[in-house]
This record gives sequence, structure tokens and C-alpha cells, in this order.
Amino acid sequence: MLDTALAGLVNGSSYALLALGLSLIFGVANVINFAHASVFAVGAMSGWWFSVDLGWPLWTVLLGVMAVTGLLGLVINLVAVTPLAKAPPIAALLSTFAVSVVVDNGAQLVFGPETRRFPALLATDNLGLGGLRFGTLDVTILAVAIGLMLVLGWFLRATRYGRAIRAVAQDRDAAAQMGIPLARVQNLAFVVASVLGGVAGVLGGMYLNNISPTVGSTVGMSAFAAATLGGLGSLPGAVAGGLLLGVVEAFGVSWWGGNARTLITFAVLLLVLWVRPSGLFGKRSPLAAEPMTGTFFGAARTVRLRPWQVAVAAVAAYVVPAVALDDYTVQIGVQVVVYAILALSLTLVSGQAGQISLGQAAPLAIGAYTSALLTTGTGLDFWLSLPISGLVAAVLSVALVSPSWRLRGHYVSIATLATGLLVAAAAVNFDWLTNGPSGVSAIPPPTLFGAPVSAPLAVYFLDLTILLVVLLLVVRLRRSTLGRIWSAIREDEVAARSSGIAAAEYKSLAFGIGGFVAGIGGALFAQQYGYIDPSVFGISVSLLALTIVVLGGLNSPLGAVVGAIVLVGLPEALRMLEETRMLTYGLLLLAVVLFRPQGLMGKVAR
Amino acid sequence: MSLLELDSVSVFYGQTQALHEVSLTVEPGEIVCLLGGNASGKSTTMKTILGLITPRTGEVRLAGERVTRLAPAGRIRLGLASVPEARRVFPEMSVEDNLLTGAFTRRKGVRAELASVYDTFPRLAERRRQHAGTLSGGEQQMLALGRALMSSPSLICMDEPTMGLAPIYVDRVLDLIADLNRERGLAVLMVEQNAELALSIAHRGYVLNTGHIALSGQADALLDTPAIRTAYLGA
Ligand SMILES: Nc1ncnc2c1ncn2[C@@H]1O[C@H](COP(=O)(O)OP(=O)(O)OP(=O)(O)O)[C@@H](O)[C@H]1O
Ligand SMILES: [Mg+2]
Repeated sequence: MLDTALAGLVNGSSYALLALGLSLIFGVANVINFAHASVFAVGAMSGWWFSVDLGWPLWTVLLGVMAVTGLLGLVINLVAVTPLAKAPPIAALLSTFAVSVVVDNGAQLVFGPETRRFPALLATDNLGLGGLRFGTLDVTILAVAIGLMLVLGWFLRATRYGRAIRAVAQDRDAAAQMGIPLARVQNLAFVVASVLGGVAGVLGGMYLNNISPTVGSTVGMSAFAAATLGGLGSLPGAVAGGLLLGVVEAFGVSWWGGNARTLITFAVLLLVLWVRPSGLFGKRSPLAAEPMTGTFFGAARTVRLRPWQVAVAAVAAYVVPAVALDDYTVQIGVQVVVYAILALSLTLVSGQAGQISLGQAAPLAIGAYTSALLTTGTGLDFWLSLPISGLVAAVLSVALVSPSWRLRGHYVSIATLATGLLVAAAAVNFDWLTNGPSGVSAIPPPTLFGAPVSAPLAVYFLDLTILLVVLLLVVRLRRSTLGRIWSAIREDEVAARSSGIAAAEYKSLAFGIGGFVAGIGGALFAQQYGYIDPSVFGISVSLLALTIVVLGGLNSPLGAVVGAIVLVGLPEALRMLEETRMLTYGLLLLAVVLFRPQGLMGKVAR
Repeated sequence: MSLLELDSVSVFYGQTQALHEVSLTVEPGEIVCLLGGNASGKSTTMKTILGLITPRTGEVRLAGERVTRLAPAGRIRLGLASVPEARRVFPEMSVEDNLLTGAFTRRKGVRAELASVYDTFPRLAERRRQHAGTLSGGEQQMLALGRALMSSPSLICMDEPTMGLAPIYVDRVLDLIADLNRERGLAVLMVEQNAELALSIAHRGYVLNTGHIALSGQADALLDTPAIRTAYLGA
């Protein structure tokens, strides 16, 4: 009991350090820094390198890591945040998200993707107090974390620049009038936050024992949940939220096993967003109007293709693979088509209704699992399972996201992110239903007129036909009254509501239809590969879907298809490795957000 | 040499022009008020002087130095300070930390200045540990004024210092401004809605109309100007 609580506090102190940085940055720059998780990973990896390859003692390791991650924080701010100061917060959220992908996958290239042991710099089981066993390690982690928090508290209270940071967080304009240099203060906040994050990486690495270049993603998400739990922007809240989440996770893991950790984290995060989005200590209300997410991209008008051009392209999509392409290339085409369907689902949600979703893998996974379980478990026909998969995906994703509709701007993105991760975590944990981490195999291929559709070209034709139907549906929806209502909500939700539009219902409808389309895509996906497991539906799929639509011009159905060809087809055709591919996605997303927010296919409205 | 000089300053927000070749001066020890109707460009003028907005053409000079493209910190070091529109104290910082923030640009003499501000505003000394957000509107105005004094300015720009205050505080604040001007020789440039009150303590005044200086002159002369009387004094 006490052991578990202590373990939770020790682990939670890493969360608290990370959450402090997240809240500090949120306060000063009004940005949710998704790259903060990568700072943790870089801290852990460079700590590993300093101690294993260079043989440094712990205190120099800590100093070295602070230098490395402090610099990284500065770079993140200068590259991904400062240039977007005038854009709505959602832009910086996407750019920091892109930076985190770049950093994580860059670190994989540098260090290799494998998990390695973090050296045992300190004893883990040499002390006792009453019946409680612990080690120098636990004491050191807690002492370093608490020491740093005290130093931070002193810095913010008693120094000139510390006060400046608080002033900027409370009132940017007034701070500027006092002669406080905003840019420098923001740089400083990123450096301080990242120094804390780097130390958290070393402490977390020592605690976890095993680290890898992507260790940040899970820990970072927990820290993010902790910061939201405490109240984004509140520093005492970050500490309390971190420690609390650490303890809750520790008990959950001791009762339900290690896989439960992520499930608990994202369930807590979603619950906080539903019940008390300003967190335990937060003062600022996330319900207050924020610049609408849509207006950032909404400035774009999409390139119009003439109907005959589209028809020619569609015919070519059927004919060319049949006569000119080998099986391998056709299989790539199948992947492109499935991702295009997923991206189209996001076009409705994010492009048309303006709700940026970072979790579109959720309906994809739900659809895939529904179809896989129905066809393997009950022997249901593929064609019956297809609409059922869509419906289940639609209902579940609406049920998970709609309680967040009173939130706005980047809080909606956080809620969708949590939803995506929660669904993947549920697939891991609900073994009785999903067969847990080992997944579902031997999923039968679809049948048509009694014959199995399994030759690559046949599968391709089937998927392509469904894609065209979806494309038609999305285009028709955009031009309907419904499409115009969604646009109105995207452009100005307050105005839309005051003219009598039930915004929440219409947003749910967008997610529902989007979820249905994504669910269909998931069913196709499951049937074609014959095998699925939870790892297939990770955050990288949501990221890829979002990158595709942002690249294609967010609100352009054809752009989504083109984006899928560019982002899924090209890397596959070039036989790019997984890491370099993710690195490329990250760089592309960053470049698009920074330089061409209207996407490849968008024209800037004048 | 004028303390502050605006020389044909034109300011744009995107395509729309907010100030048209505005010229004005403030001499040492003067109280100057800037009058004008809603959206006439008063706050824009103040922000241009403070360095929060850069004019497209024209020049700003402080104590004889050209500061047109200088950041706010540099202008504060040249003796400029501001009381922002709607006070804008930092609500979750203590009164004392608010005051210290006003001294951000200086390194020496901070403690002495703090003592002197507490001397001028004993009320702030009583509440030094209290969060600024818990103060009354009038106390917040004192705090905003004290915060501006922390940089030992020779000129304070105030954007509507009496806005939203209870009537007794309106008089208190105006008296305070007059006292500071008389006792320390502090120059004040003040935007006011209430032209009669403002002109009662000011030496000179300017009237802005849709971004142009429409009128200027000695305070008592302006008070007698028929255009002013009809536009602002309701007479
Ligand atoms: N940030 C801004 N972006 C675009 N236009 C602005 C901005 N700030 C002010 N304006 C416009 O510039 C003009 C002058 O505004 P300003 O705030 O200077 O007027 P004001 O005289 O202070 O008005 P008030 O009496 O309401 O305080 C107005 O037309 C206003 O709409
Ligand atoms: Mg104004």
C-alpha cells in the first residue's frame, strides 16, 4: 500500500516537472506545447549517452542534460511558436506536434529505435523505514524534483525575470507597457520549462529503467493529463496534478497490470475535460471564446476542378492499375485509398466544421475491430459488417467527444487526442473483447457474389469504388444546407449560436458522419490485412490523417485524396523506412503550417 | 527642448489609417490632455508614443532623441511611463510585485523608489502582500499610477485614468495627478472622456477627430471654444 503510494509519488514527480513546464509555457505563450514530451525523451536519451558512453557521474549528467534540453526548448520556441504568434493557438499546437514527431524520429535515427537500459546510477532497494523498502534512487528523485520546484518558486517570486514571466502570463499587453521584452521572456519560459523537462527525463529514465527515443510520448501524455487535471496554466496545479496522477496510476497498475496505465491516464484526462475543464486549480475558463479553429485555415479557397477532369482522373484510377501496374504497386494503391477514406472523414470534421481532431484513429480502430470481431466471431457477412462498423464507430466517437462540445479551440483538440489514445488503450486492455495486445487474426477477406475478394487488383477496385462513393457523399454534404451550417459554426460559433443554430448537435453530426466514414475505412483495413492489433491505431495514424488533410487544404475533399497519394503513396513507392517516413511527415506538417497554411490545393482568399 | 514630440505621425492598422499626420508636443512639467470622441485615435496615439505600434511615416522624439523604432524598454529608460487603459494591474500578483514590475527596466534605486511610492500611497503599503485583483477600482488605479512611478519617469502617459471609477475616486485621481505634477514637476499626457474635468487640471489640450488633430490650445481657451462646448461639454 505505502510502497505503491511512494512509487506513485516518485513517478508522479517526473509528471509534475513536465506538467510545470507545460503550464509555464501555456501561461506565457498561450500554446499547448506538444513538443514538450520530446524534451523529456531527449533528456532521457542524452542522459543515457552522458552516463553510459561518456561515463559521467549523476550530477554532471544532470547539468549536461539541462544544457541540451534548455537549448532544445529555445529552438522549439524560435522555430515553431514565435513565428506563429499572430495565428490562432491551434496553429502552434500543430507546429509543436510536428516538431515532436521530428525530434522523436530524429532521435531514433541518431540513437537507434531500440529500448535500452538506463544505467543504475543509484541503489534502488538499500533503505528501509518501518516496513517500507526504498532506495537512494527514490530519495534522490524526490529530492531533486522538490528542490527544482522550490528553486522555480523562488525564481518566479523573487527575481526580476521571474516576475516578468508571471506578469506576461497574466497580462501580455500590460507587461509590454512596463518595458518587459516579450520575446525574451517567452524564450526564457521555454528554456526554463525544457530544463525541468530534461531533468524529468533523467529522473524518469532512472525510475523506468528502460528508455527509448520515443519514451516521451507516453510520459508526455501523462504529464499533459496531469497539467490539465491541475488546471492548465496553474503551477501549483501542475505539481498537484502530477503527483496525484502518479499515485492514481501506481494503484491502477498494481491492481490491473502495466497496460492499464495509459487507459487510466486518458480516462482521467477525458473525465477532467468533461467535468471540470479548468482543472482543480485553474482560474481561466476554457469555455470562454477563443479564436475559432477554422479561421486559421478558413482563409483558403479550394482549387475547383471541372467535372470532366474529375471523371478522367476517376477512370484513370481504374484503368491504369489494371493495365500498367504490378501487384506490389497496386497494394500501395489500396493503402492510399484507405487513407484517403480516413482523410475524407477528417475533412468533414476539421475542414467543414472546424473542429481540429487529433484522434481520428479512434473511429478507424472502432470500425476495424467491429468488422473483425463480427466476421470472425459470428461469421457475419462482410457486406453486413461494413455498415455496422460505420455505425458503431459513429456512435462511439460521438459519445466520447460530444461531452467536450462546450469547450473551444485547442481544448477540443485535446479532447479528440485523448479520445484517440483512450480507444487504443481500451483495445489493449479489454482482452475479453479485443483479445488484447495480440490482436485479432484470420479475418476473412470480403466476398462478392460468393467469391472472396483477395487479389490485389480486386481489393483495389472494391476500395476505390467505396472511396468514390464517399467522395461524392462528402462533396454533396459540403454543398448542402448542412454544409453551410457547419461552415457557419466554423467561422464564428458564437454568431452561429445566436442565430439559433444548435452548434453542439451539428458538431456531433459532423463527428458522427466523419466517424461513420472512418469506420468503413477501418472495416476495409481489417478485412484486407486479415490481422489487426492495437498498435496499428496509434497516434501516428491520427497524425498522418491530419497531415494529409492539412497538406491537401483541410477543407478540400479532392485535396484529401491528393494528400493521401503524396503522403502514403510516395513514401511507400520510394520504400522509405518507417523512421524517415515519420520524420518526413513531421517536417512536412511543420512546413505547411508555417509557410502554407492553406495547403497545397488551397488558394488564399483575397 | 520638448519632452515629447510627435512629428506628422501616420499609423495604419492593416489597410485602414488610424492616425493622419498627427503632431503634438509635451513640455517639461506640463499636463496635456488629449480629447476626442470614440474611435478617434486617442489610444492609438498613446500606443504609438509607448512603442507598442510603429508609425508608417513621421517621427517620435523623447527628450530630443529619435525613438520612432525603439522598443518600449528603451523609451522607459528615457523617462517615459504609462498607466494603461483600464488600469491593467496584474491581478494575481501582490501589490508589491506589481510595483516591482513597473521597475523592470531599472536595476538601481528600486528599493528607494518603492519606499517613496508607499509614501505617496500609504494605502498600497497597507496592502502590499494582497493580490492586486482583490483591490477596489480606485485602489487599482493608485496601483497603476504607483507602478508607473517606479521607473522614476519624467513623463507619464495615462489612457482614461478615471474610466469606470466611483465619483469620489475620479476627483482623488485628478487631484493626485495635479499634485504629482506640482510637487515633482512630472509631465503628464492624459486621455480623458470627461473634457471639463481634464481641462480643469491641464495646461494645454489637443482634440482628435477621426485620426486628425482638429484643435489645440491652452486649457482655458479650449474650455471656451464653442466647438468643444457643444461636442464634449454638452452645452
Ligand atoms: N488593433 C486594432 N486593429 C485594427 N483597428 C484598430 C485596432 N485598434 C484600434 N483600431 C481602430 O483604430 C481607430 C482608433 O482606435 P482607438 O482605440 O485609438 O480610438 P480611441 O480614441 O482610443 O477610442 P475609445 O474612446 O473607444 O477608447 C478605431 O477606428 C479602431 O477601430
Ligand atoms: Mg481608447
